[in-house]
Amino acid sequence: MAYGPKVIDHFNNPRNVGSFDKGDQSVGTGVVGAPECGDVMKLQLKINSQNIIEDAKFKTFGCGSAIASSSLATEWVKGKSVDEALQIKNTDIVNELALPPVKIHCSVLAEDAIKAAIEDYKKKQE
Amino acid sequence: MRLPIYLDNNSTTPLDPRVLEAMMPFLTEKFGNAASRSHAFGWETEEAVEKSRASIAKLIGANLKEIVFTSGATESINIALKGAAEMYSEKGNHIITAATEHKATLDSAKYLEKHGCTVTYLPVDKFGAVSPEQVKAAITDKTILISLMHANNEIGTIHPIEEIGKVAKEAGILFHVDAAQTAGKIPIDVEKMGIDILSISAHKMYGPKGVGGLYVRRTNPRVRLSPVVHGGGHERGFRSGTLNVAGIVGFGKAAELCSQEMAQEAVRVSALRDKLKNALFSQLDELFLNGDPIKRLPNNLNISFAFVEGEALMMGLKEVAVSSGSACTSASLEPSYVLKAMGVGEELAHTSIRFGLGRFTTAEEIDFVIEKVVGVVKKLRDMSPLYEMAKEGIDLKSVQWTTH
Repeated sequence: MAYGPKVIDHFNNPRNVGSFDKGDQSVGTGVVGAPECGDVMKLQLKINSQNIIEDAKFKTFGCGSAIASSSLATEWVKGKSVDEALQIKNTDIVNELALPPVKIHCSVLAEDAIKAAIEDYKKKQE
Repeated sequence: MRLPIYLDNNSTTPLDPRVLEAMMPFLTEKFGNAASRSHAFGWETEEAVEKSRASIAKLIGANLKEIVFTSGATESINIALKGAAEMYSEKGNHIITAATEHKATLDSAKYLEKHGCTVTYLPVDKFGAVSPEQVKAAITDKTILISLMHANNEIGTIHPIEEIGKVAKEAGILFHVDAAQTAGKIPIDVEKMGIDILSISAHKMYGPKGVGGLYVRRTNPRVRLSPVVHGGGHERGFRSGTLNVAGIVGFGKAAELCSQEMAQEAVRVSALRDKLKNALFSQLDELFLNGDPIKRLPNNLNISFAFVEGEALMMGLKEVAVSSGSACTSASLEPSYVLKAMGVGEELAHTSIRFGLGRFTTAEEIDFVIEKVVGVVKKLRDMSPLYEMAKEGIDLKSVQWTTH
């Protein structure tokens, strides 16, 4: 697969790799994908009482574009409010990374991961 | 050491410089049509073609009259299956093959199924092999052909060809062997192995692309095959078309070199392969060898690096040319059907890498590859949620995944 420079940059220098404590009340965790499909993303968001995403971390099992999509997602959500983060569309990721058509599902997964993490956070606040 | 390092020799091999040297005159001044019987231009190329035919015959223990030149193993396999099915249609319509065969065989078999044949795709064991007993049990009174690969291109597992050849002989059924991966790498003797038809490719044995061979037994029994390509009746009518003289000369030279050097080369290459395998298994955990640990091609290593996706691993290994059974590297977005047929789970199939060593692989290159692979696998595992979960003791099979 011939990737564009942005995918290669995120792959070689992934931003925000790591994990937060799943049990932390201020942390929302989203795990999407499946090992048999070849990609699993774990996205974690640290959200403050003003509903601002203070920090984000990811771990991804998947191809270069899956890793790049999740790395980019962590960069984008940081500093955003929860509502703003929910506005991030997979097509924004496709455009930013210039993903080829066969890799669009990686961007969908990243969008799903953001939503799943926020949903997890909201559940914790109930 | 030049980068990138080529470790994809099961896919294709570089042209040996000695082969190129043999070919050059036939790309320049010796351009005659080998079928031109009326002048010296044709005579000299015909002589060169016959010399190559003899070299290839010698490599597989055949008579030179039993070698037909084709454009490659894919075409040879097509002729073997379609040609036998048509020629022997009055005798029967059943073909036995295996689930892990090359697409040239599987797609030819599927084509024949649409044209009145029935095909048995034998399942394979965990190492990717079929047994002679399985073949024997699949034979019916309508079986006209058994078609199996000598060794598998992805996982390197070698089939017990001699034993299966005996089964075929006893039943009086033609036996075709796809030897694309083995010709010039390990010994082949069509007499001893009971092979009636054999497909070979030049570019997998340091010869040029676009040329291959088909061995067709002439005695006991005399095999007949309907042609797939019709025309001027070249190659005794098995395959029409003006001969690719330069390619054939290169093929012949490649076969000659393999006959001379195969034994030592197999020892050297398998030692490098074992060094690579042992180093990776000692420096990394959660690795799984795909294919038979012993009965395998000397140049092939296939490993699943659990929790690291194959395409990402290859991206990290940009200085090393390898291939992967991961779906992300295939046009179909399906992981390797070979690994699937062996019972390797899809989650592990996605993490498989094939290392194909060759004549020009050096110890220095292998040292470099070991260091790179270990580094990249560790880096990717540090960012793999699956590795993290496995280390926390979570059974990944028990997790409710969101399949997509």
